[in-house]
Amino acid sequence: MSRRLGPFNMAALAAGFALLYLPILSLVLYSFNDGRMVAVWSGWSLRWYRSLLDNRLLLDSAWVSLSVGAVSATLALVAGTAAALVLARAGRFLGRSAFAGLVYVPLVMPEVIIGISLLLLFVQIDLDRGFFTLVLSHAAFSAAFVTVVVHSRLIAVDRSIEEAALDLGATPARTFLLVTVPMIAPALAAAWLLAFTLSLDDLVIASFATGPGATTLPMRVYSQVRLGVTPEINAISTLFIAAVAGVVVVASLVNKGLVLGRK
Amino acid sequence: MSRRARVLLIAASATWLALVVLAPFLIVLKISLAQVVQGRPPYTPLLAWPEGSVLPSLQASFANYALLFSDSLYLDSYLSSLRLAALATAVALLIGLPMAHAMARAPVGWRPALLVLAVLPFWSSSLIRVYAWIGILAEDGPFNSLLVSAGLIDRPLAILNTDIGIVSGLVYSYLPFMVLPLYASLERIDPALLEAASDLGCRPAGAFFRITLPLALPGILAGCLLVFIPATGEFVVPDLMGGSDTLMIGKTLWTEFFNNRDWPLAGAASVLLILLLVGPIVALERQGLKRAEGR
Repeated sequence: MSRRLGPFNMAALAAGFALLYLPILSLVLYSFNDGRMVAVWSGWSLRWYRSLLDNRLLLDSAWVSLSVGAVSATLALVAGTAAALVLARAGRFLGRSAFAGLVYVPLVMPEVIIGISLLLLFVQIDLDRGFFTLVLSHAAFSAAFVTVVVHSRLIAVDRSIEEAALDLGATPARTFLLVTVPMIAPALAAAWLLAFTLSLDDLVIASFATGPGATTLPMRVYSQVRLGVTPEINAISTLFIAAVAGVVVVASLVNKGLVLGRK
Repeated sequence: MSRRARVLLIAASATWLALVVLAPFLIVLKISLAQVVQGRPPYTPLLAWPEGSVLPSLQASFANYALLFSDSLYLDSYLSSLRLAALATAVALLIGLPMAHAMARAPVGWRPALLVLAVLPFWSSSLIRVYAWIGILAEDGPFNSLLVSAGLIDRPLAILNTDIGIVSGLVYSYLPFMVLPLYASLERIDPALLEAASDLGCRPAGAFFRITLPLALPGILAGCLLVFIPATGEFVVPDLMGGSDTLMIGKTLWTEFFNNRDWPLAGAASVLLILLLVGPIVALERQGLKRAEGR
């Protein structure tokens, strides 16, 4: 149906997207505001971005967030892909529905619960909290999202290609690396990026899972937001949004390659 | 997949899930039966070996659960969480349904771009979005200045730190979760059905309620669950947008854990929250699994 949209539908679209995007646009706009008052416009300026560069604490926590994101996304990619392979390729086995249930639990559990339960696990097994527990928690949480993305791609690819490789004498490991992985590569890339941004964005789980010395960027931003709205937070949020938008553009380009590759 | 590779894969994957998903919940359950003590860890062990005894004795107590039901702070937190989350779900459905409907009826060429626009907020930090929303609703913010200059109100409305503020924050945070499943089920509806209805003399409004809405029901259910479940346990919105007297269980749990350091009580409160959400979660997993397995 390529008819034009009626006025009601147009209004619904405009109102919906205005609701989603106007707050973000206003935040970005005021990050370039010269004045200290957030609500009063007093001319364009980059002073809040400059002051970010002097904020040692923010820069340090940005580095913590980026490294936790990269390591946990990689761990989540391995764990999540393994679970997706089990669900898509291993057929029936005892406890399969319990397995499937456990895989998707982190998708639907409130973050506060995930955070508390992981923290209590770390205390129970006497693991000192810090960078490592942060990575493990984010991997545990985002692996579920990886499984969803990779699984939907795995059930879409043609299994006869894998079977042909096996018939022709390739070992299962070689078949996986040389046949399956290239076929699902776009989904793997998208899943890694998703896990990375989930880790980068997370406040609640990180607050529980971390210890002294490993403060992430959202934790730092949160403690500043509690004190009130300042142009500096607008500036760091704008950088954050720009980075995430960049990631999404890359991810959708990768996925476009996926769509074109199938044609 | 060879037999050995298959067994190895299942075993490795199941071990990971047992360690990072199952074990944490069992430990929460265990600690919810303990008592708070000074020390590290700040709770009593479940098993104790009395002097001269070989067999351990079980030291489980349901005192924490009893406290949850006798303390009005907790009961009020659960009830007001459920109430605010339900309200936010209803509002998100009222806003999301026309939006998703328009997306599904838009020219085919527009749809990928509209979909990316609807998904984009999901990728960005919820903390930053809540922060942006606070900026909009503040007493000196754009929303109030607009209403004042339009002459609709005399002085700025105090929206922040009220229940309305919390509901608006929840709606703003979780609207994409509502729109996506709605769009997915609305887009699958065959336009020929609506054309047939129109040929047979059914007016558009009638066709919407008699054909579109029933066919979109799975999407409506999924969208409502996807908003309701996280909204019930939400921490950031009530913490940053709620008043000192607004209670939501996510915030109460956080306070109990970090400020009062009563881990057994926080554990029991977590178990109760999971129990409250088991119904919605199972319903959602059924929906999700059905879709994931292509059944």
